[in-house]
Amino acid sequence: MTLPWAAVAVVVVLTAAVGAAGLRWSRTTSDFYVASRSVSPWWNASAIGGEYLSAASFLGVAGLVMAYGADMLWFPVGYTAGYLVLLVLVAAPLRRSGAYTLPDFAEARLGSTAVRRAASLLVVLIGWLYLVPQLVGAGLTLRTMTGAPSWVGPVLVAAVVLVTVVTGGMRSITFTQAMQYWLKLTAIGVPVVFLVLAWQADGAPSAATSSVPVFRERTVVTVSEPTRVLVTVPVAPMASGTVDGLDVDGPVALTAGEHRFTSGTRLTFAAGDAVPHLVGLEAATGLSWSQPLSGAGGRQHPLYGTWSIVLATFLGTMGLPHVLVRFYTNPDGRAARRTTLLVLGLLGAFYLLPTAYGALARLYSPELLLTGRTDAAVLLLPSRLVGGTTGQVLGAVLTAGAFAAFLSTSSGLTVSVAGVLNQDLARGGVRGFRLAAVAALGVPLALSGLAARLSVADVVGLAFAVAASTFCPLLVLGIWWRGLTDAGALAGLVVGGTLSTAAVLTTLSGHGPSGWPGTLLAQPAAWAVPATFAVMVAVSLLTPGRVAKDVSRTMVRLHTPEQVVLDRGPWQPRGRRQD
Amino acid sequence: MSDPPSGRPPRPARVAVRAPATVLRARTPVAAAREIDEQTTLGDVFVRSLVRAQLRLALFVCAGLAVLLGGLPLLLALVPALTTTRLAGVPLPWLLLGGAAYPVLVLGGWLYVRQAERNERDFTELVERP
Repeated sequence: MTLPWAAVAVVVVLTAAVGAAGLRWSRTTSDFYVASRSVSPWWNASAIGGEYLSAASFLGVAGLVMAYGADMLWFPVGYTAGYLVLLVLVAAPLRRSGAYTLPDFAEARLGSTAVRRAASLLVVLIGWLYLVPQLVGAGLTLRTMTGAPSWVGPVLVAAVVLVTVVTGGMRSITFTQAMQYWLKLTAIGVPVVFLVLAWQADGAPSAATSSVPVFRERTVVTVSEPTRVLVTVPVAPMASGTVDGLDVDGPVALTAGEHRFTSGTRLTFAAGDAVPHLVGLEAATGLSWSQPLSGAGGRQHPLYGTWSIVLATFLGTMGLPHVLVRFYTNPDGRAARRTTLLVLGLLGAFYLLPTAYGALARLYSPELLLTGRTDAAVLLLPSRLVGGTTGQVLGAVLTAGAFAAFLSTSSGLTVSVAGVLNQDLARGGVRGFRLAAVAALGVPLALSGLAARLSVADVVGLAFAVAASTFCPLLVLGIWWRGLTDAGALAGLVVGGTLSTAAVLTTLSGHGPSGWPGTLLAQPAAWAVPATFAVMVAVSLLTPGRVAKDVSRTMVRLHTPEQVVLDRGPWQPRGRRQD
Repeated sequence: MSDPPSGRPPRPARVAVRAPATVLRARTPVAAAREIDEQTTLGDVFVRSLVRAQLRLALFVCAGLAVLLGGLPLLLALVPALTTTRLAGVPLPWLLLGGAAYPVLVLGGWLYVRQAERNERDFTELVERP
């Protein structure tokens, strides 16, 4: 049990060391932004990849693939394609705008404090929604690998991030984040080689069989909280604990139907037993699991769900608060484009791998379908499939990669959220920033306790949906349409923000309706994004007198290459004005 | 202007960070650039033509993405046989989504960057023509 702790310690120390080294380096240059201009697209792209690959990518995708099959492959494709959309619609103009945050952009383009405020609120909201699953993932990881209580992981990550952020480590964040990308790629890439070799040595069994998942070997499952399962194929495990309200110690016949286990109940299944599934996660045969649009696992209306995931991820990426900040370290718009292109390649290389974990987990750690902790699939596979010391070492390597994911994404989000809290919603100043950083982490830390049962990638998916329903229309219309007015933008942000947030909260509460309304609320992007676009365009057309007076100058600033000598207006982002 | 301060303080001081220089006044603007700076109708035409070219390119890529990736679920829904087709033992949708999609995205990005830079070069030549 010490190996995973050592892995966590190595990641924390490495992050701090690279941060400190980078800090010294950036201090010896006259100005951080002089340094930023000598940061090559390669470093920048690695940093963007490092910050972007979160718990959802490292753990969540494999968990979703394991539970729901082929339709979930759209998540990693969407996370990557989001950067292509960002590349073609916003990368270069956004860099040229000089905006450092999304509220900055809103102010630069529309000259409106009200829109800036609305954008700030949304940055905080999306940031918190995105931070929660990172902390939940940390709790799950430490619990799975070391047996530590679920609160230890979130508290540890929050503490490390808080210290890094308030000691000014963010000045050197480019180098830290770039290192985290390569750490994550190695941590997920090396074990997969061993896993695939072990799988081949096992006769390369297919997960796409005609039966529901079965235990491949005798498996002991200890449920750590009260659990309700649905049995489709009767099984008779050995049980010690409480099953359906009766104390048992010996074989118990689980007939088809629902059964309850209390916390701490130990179940021993024999090889070949069908896996009882957690209520809410329908047992699917391997064949239906391997087919897209089959609704495997109980996801209703799969075609709508797929399109909504596609829309949320394709359009949501550009609206994530921690993504935009990274573009500022590009020297100009052209470099911003080249960096984004490299990001596409780096993300593609990473996302080839989680799918393999998901498919292997369905074969080798199917008990996660009983406990519902499918997000732990990536971490558990080495001990199941490789075993021995090698398995333990590989497990520790994956733990390190997962922590790199929690730390890098959380620190990026915390810097963004704290910056906005401090600058737009509080008084500002260095002390204000520290308080804001505490608030930026404290709220999601409190929420992470409530959201522990939710799938990491699903919650992140909701954050994408809110971003796609608010910032995507603001950015796209703001960059390409002169007619966008402050009134239109504000109305759109209010409508899109309210609709998507209401849908998200209903889904997270677990009391959403069933059938079509439930599906629409669980995947709000497909209707909320068009609604926001429509409101922004309609209100802007109704208020033509409110088009920003300097919009022509802004268009010159956003779209013309920097080397052409032109008047681009005097606007400077708020944090960077010397006042 | 907005060049960062070049003097080095004896010990690291808190420096207000600012946007890198986006306005260079070293060179005198040429004719077309002056039209843009003074926001004449002609200058506006130059800028609008650049924005329109870039928007057309961006929408073209987005449309390609929508047809290729957005159309894939519809294709799979309309032709269910595709969902069970296997290539080298792997179901076709897994090959497409788990592997082939990524090089296609990178290729799309590469083609876009090439054309976007070409559009900007055309604009630069147009504006800086003596």
